[in-house]
Amino acid sequence: MKKHHVSTTINGDEVDFLCETSETLLDVLRDHLHLTGAKEGCGTGDCGACSVTLDGVLVCSCLVLGVEAEGKEIETIEGMADGDELHPLQRKFVEHIALQCGICTPGLLISARSLLEKNPNPTEEEVRFGLAGNLCRCTGYQNIIEAVMDAAQEMRGA
Amino acid sequence: MTEMKYEVPTSLDDAVALLADGKGNAKVLAGGTDVLVQMHMDLIEPDLIVDIKNISELRQITKEKDGYRFGAAVSGVELMDHEDFCQTWPGIMDGVSLIGSLQVKGRASVGGNVCNASPAADSVPAMIAAGATATIVGPKGKRDIPVEEIATGPGQTSLEDGEIVVSFFLPNAAPGTGGAYQRFTPRTEMDIAVVGVGISLTLGDDGVCSSAKVALGAVAATALIAEAAAAALVGTKVDKAALDNLAAAASAACKPIDDKRGTKEYRIKVAGVLARRVALIALERALGGKE
Amino acid sequence: MGMKPSPFGTQIPYEEKELKVVGSNPEARPDAVDKVTGKARYAADINLPGQLTGKVLRSPHAHARIKSIDASEAEKLKGVKAVICRDDLPDMPVMHAAAGEIMVNFRDVTRTIMAREKALFDGHPVAAVAATSESIAKAALKLIKVEYEVLPHVIDVVDAMKPDAPLLHEDQITKGVEPTPEKPSNIAAQMVSKLGDIEEGFEQADLVVEREFNTKAAHQGYIEPHASLAIYTEGGNAEVWTSTQGHFLIRAQIAEILKMDVSRVKVTPAELGGGFGGKNMIYLEPLAIVLSKKSGRPVKMVMTRDEVFRASGPTSGTNIIIKIGITKGGKITAAQAILNYQSGCFPGSSLPLCTPTAFTRYDIANVLVIGNDVTCNRPKVTAYRSPGAPMIAFGVETVMDEIAEELNIDRLEIRLMNAAKEGTQTHFGPKLGPIGFIETLEAAKAHNHMKEKLGPNQGRGIATGFWNTLGMETSATLNVNQDGTASLIYGTVDVAGGMRTAYSQIVAEELGIPFKKVRAIQSDTSSLGFNFTTAGSRGTAAGGMAAVKASRDAITRMCEVAARIWEVELDQVVWEDGHARPASSNVGEFEPLSLAEIAMKAGFYGGTIAGHAEINVTGGGPGFGTHLVDVEVDRETGAVKLLRYTIIQDAGKAVFPEYVKAQFHGAAVQGIGLALNEEYIYDENGVMANPGFLDYRMPVASDIPVIDTQIVEVPNPNHPYGIRGVGEVPIIPPLAAISNAIYDAVGIRMRDHPMSPPKVLAALDEAAPATAAE
Repeated sequence: MKKHHVSTTINGDEVDFLCETSETLLDVLRDHLHLTGAKEGCGTGDCGACSVTLDGVLVCSCLVLGVEAEGKEIETIEGMADGDELHPLQRKFVEHIALQCGICTPGLLISARSLLEKNPNPTEEEVRFGLAGNLCRCTGYQNIIEAVMDAAQEMRGA
Repeated sequence: MTEMKYEVPTSLDDAVALLADGKGNAKVLAGGTDVLVQMHMDLIEPDLIVDIKNISELRQITKEKDGYRFGAAVSGVELMDHEDFCQTWPGIMDGVSLIGSLQVKGRASVGGNVCNASPAADSVPAMIAAGATATIVGPKGKRDIPVEEIATGPGQTSLEDGEIVVSFFLPNAAPGTGGAYQRFTPRTEMDIAVVGVGISLTLGDDGVCSSAKVALGAVAATALIAEAAAAALVGTKVDKAALDNLAAAASAACKPIDDKRGTKEYRIKVAGVLARRVALIALERALGGKE
Repeated sequence: MGMKPSPFGTQIPYEEKELKVVGSNPEARPDAVDKVTGKARYAADINLPGQLTGKVLRSPHAHARIKSIDASEAEKLKGVKAVICRDDLPDMPVMHAAAGEIMVNFRDVTRTIMAREKALFDGHPVAAVAATSESIAKAALKLIKVEYEVLPHVIDVVDAMKPDAPLLHEDQITKGVEPTPEKPSNIAAQMVSKLGDIEEGFEQADLVVEREFNTKAAHQGYIEPHASLAIYTEGGNAEVWTSTQGHFLIRAQIAEILKMDVSRVKVTPAELGGGFGGKNMIYLEPLAIVLSKKSGRPVKMVMTRDEVFRASGPTSGTNIIIKIGITKGGKITAAQAILNYQSGCFPGSSLPLCTPTAFTRYDIANVLVIGNDVTCNRPKVTAYRSPGAPMIAFGVETVMDEIAEELNIDRLEIRLMNAAKEGTQTHFGPKLGPIGFIETLEAAKAHNHMKEKLGPNQGRGIATGFWNTLGMETSATLNVNQDGTASLIYGTVDVAGGMRTAYSQIVAEELGIPFKKVRAIQSDTSSLGFNFTTAGSRGTAAGGMAAVKASRDAITRMCEVAARIWEVELDQVVWEDGHARPASSNVGEFEPLSLAEIAMKAGFYGGTIAGHAEINVTGGGPGFGTHLVDVEVDRETGAVKLLRYTIIQDAGKAVFPEYVKAQFHGAAVQGIGLALNEEYIYDENGVMANPGFLDYRMPVASDIPVIDTQIVEVPNPNHPYGIRGVGEVPIIPPLAAISNAIYDAVGIRMRDHPMSPPKVLAALDEAAPATAAE
């Protein structure tokens, strides 16, 4: 069967790939492009482990078809650090022990970054509700919330 | 299954033609937050996916003379980012903002939420209460229907082969109108509504309710219009007695089932509880002069 | 039994000393940067060139005889390279072994991973294929024709115990009951543990309270689905990368099930995305190996989320009856628990591990615990973080609360009055050594949480928990590198990311070198002696013990080299602050030699420096915790909101204190999920109705309040650093704490789990019928 040829931009790089209609963007990232940072936790948009941004909008990549990425700009966890320099959120996650096994971490970081882009000065409650789309089973969320609040403060220059 | 085709038409006519042509096994793709889940769970196996996101009529949010019109494929986040729409229709946004996580709202559309026809769809009760209509285009032309006429049962719509919902229209509310939607879920987020209640009410200058509409979600095969519940508010100042009557009528209107998300008894009870709470928010908005 | 403490075990006694690295929070965590940049490699991230995708065909029936399997059409499909079923796996005799905190029987293990005579649960594997793409593999599954004879099924533990219940195993006669029953039943075994004279004990009581509790099965809920990649080479060797808590155990299980030599199987544990006890067993590994053998190519298999729910190893659903007798003055005289646990489709629930926890927090002279292991048409249970204990604590701690109220004694006081301490005789054999239970109760009493004011419909609950720490076989190698750095090769899988940091801290402390100079590296099965799986909270405790032993072994080697260089006796050399030094000035005026200096010269002076530990660790220290929770109940909907939560637990010695607190948070939130909304729901056909994260409702960030934690340290005397396992205790108290808080708030006792809104509302309505029209 004939595959789709898709041209897209991923983390600033021009990327071309082939995919079947039924393959999701998550399948493409992980299986064809070796960008395994986004994880499949459920495949149904209920856990957020596959979170990426699509033209700047936070989405679950398991709910986007690979072919829908045509002409779009995608940001994954692999593009979050600036070379050697970690994003403040990444640094704060490490400092605050906001990750243990780490499987939900890429999705959470992408979500947190989107959250802070829209709301640079969130309350604790806003962070909790804003991150409700990302399940974590190891941390109990406490340190994640602290890390995000601390990163937000640093990013505001406060 | 491996032969599934994908088309992305740029005009309504092209979309209609593709859908009318498919042997009924074509799926419209807007946000994909229901379609992709159903494909993943092997519940559907379309031969053709018609991606309608490149059709401009389905992506606009426009303030018209008589009301607000927004495209069926506008995403939840796009609506949330539209300040004027949010201020004008807070009750609708109560529902839209509950469709799912931020990730889901980044893609999910009201068109999809309505046409997926889950009895628990979060955008539906408030839209019904607000008197929303849907513009539908198909092989036989264009038609407008009240939004409550789209879903006919769980997963079933009244749309014919080749028809697509293009946009929704919210007629300008009379001054002194307030609308709201609340739902009950076991967790604070990420759940399907066990019960949902949308209410719109209009107060006269004397503070007496001149009209009201009450819609209940997740308590019947489709969203229910609870006329007796609305009648309980009309002619009152939405005081405790009126609210008691509203709650009783809302509970009485329910025709729920037992399922993994709730029992009949629970839904009937909580419908009444929520109706009261929603009415108070709608009242506050009506008094606040919000349309 | 595989988990009996060995008389030949290793214990290194606790030394109180000033610590430089252990007990403080290191500035860098070796695993964290890879995880926050998406570079860490979990099992599903690993690929081999030419690999095929493997998929499993699963029974849609809860109980059915498998009459025939015809895969001929599937085999013909273009792109399909291999199809397997029961014929491709050897049958296994009855043979028991430990798999984490659960015992397994290999006759049943092979039937768990691939059905033989019968399909015993919805999701039971019946066949598997390997194909060149996922879509082809899925299409191939649809072409496999299986003829089922559907049988009546039974789901619930109480139903399964009834004499007329549908029988899963026609030859299963209850073990452990005198006289041996004549008829088979779903009750696979009964186990009894007792102390003193229970009847006498109840006679001494002024008050006897007996209550029944029911809990539903739950899942560990790890976000990473099981994933395995296997390659079977022409030479008859198998290599596997997999998501596991115990790669040596997995290797052993694979070797047994496939009748391969252990030496021909190599297992590499990938970075783990959560296990909590659910990843101690093989599921996909043997299937992937056999598919690889048949197809001649590597095969990768990843479970979907619904497969994880339906066909990995959840916890038991239970029916528990607790009876406690107590004097007016508040002294417990007798305690009895009847624990009916469903084990899934094969025998082997966690009863042997959790019955000891039933009353061990309290000093009671007369105890009787009866456990019934019951089979029913559900996936075979495995361990879930203190397996079986949260449910018992739900019962015991709720009854303790009732008793306290009845006798008008403060809830914390009544526990203090009966608290176990050093020397207390347990009901399962040993006497307790030094423990920190009373310390946690006292800390709870003094905590600020107790001073917070409660408003209408708000209440406070208290509960306690206990879990032991496993030791078992642990191996580690410490290599000293020529530049003065040290590499610890460890074999206890670092399941939550903190263990490798703790090991590095321990090695740094032992060797007297900076933390930055130590690197802990996870081994595969080829690189070390056997390591038991990371379970029973043993990760830092047992792995740490091995790190200590290996470090001290390396230090001896280094002192030997120094002795040869200085031409003195070994006992004239000491190790201090990262250097070998002469024991006294009498030995000679020698400059101290650093690790690097010794390592550079070691080759000439006898060989490179490595320290070893291949031990069986015993003397694991029991851990105790006390939790406080405040809730607010919405009387109209039954919704329970958590306002604040406090965890106080004895860690013995916290090597990496902030990480220990993080473990407290995570386990407690799992307990909260168990308490409020998590449950397995089955439809009338015995098919799981909620095998996804939408309707299997785990807590999200907005469900959880701020959690306060306090570490108490009563060192474990059998461990050089006093370490006690911490990972499991915090999941035990939340169910009871929340139930007690709900009672305090609105006066209803929840004994049915989960305490979801419909149940709470129904209980409220039953307690006080509605007076006003709603």
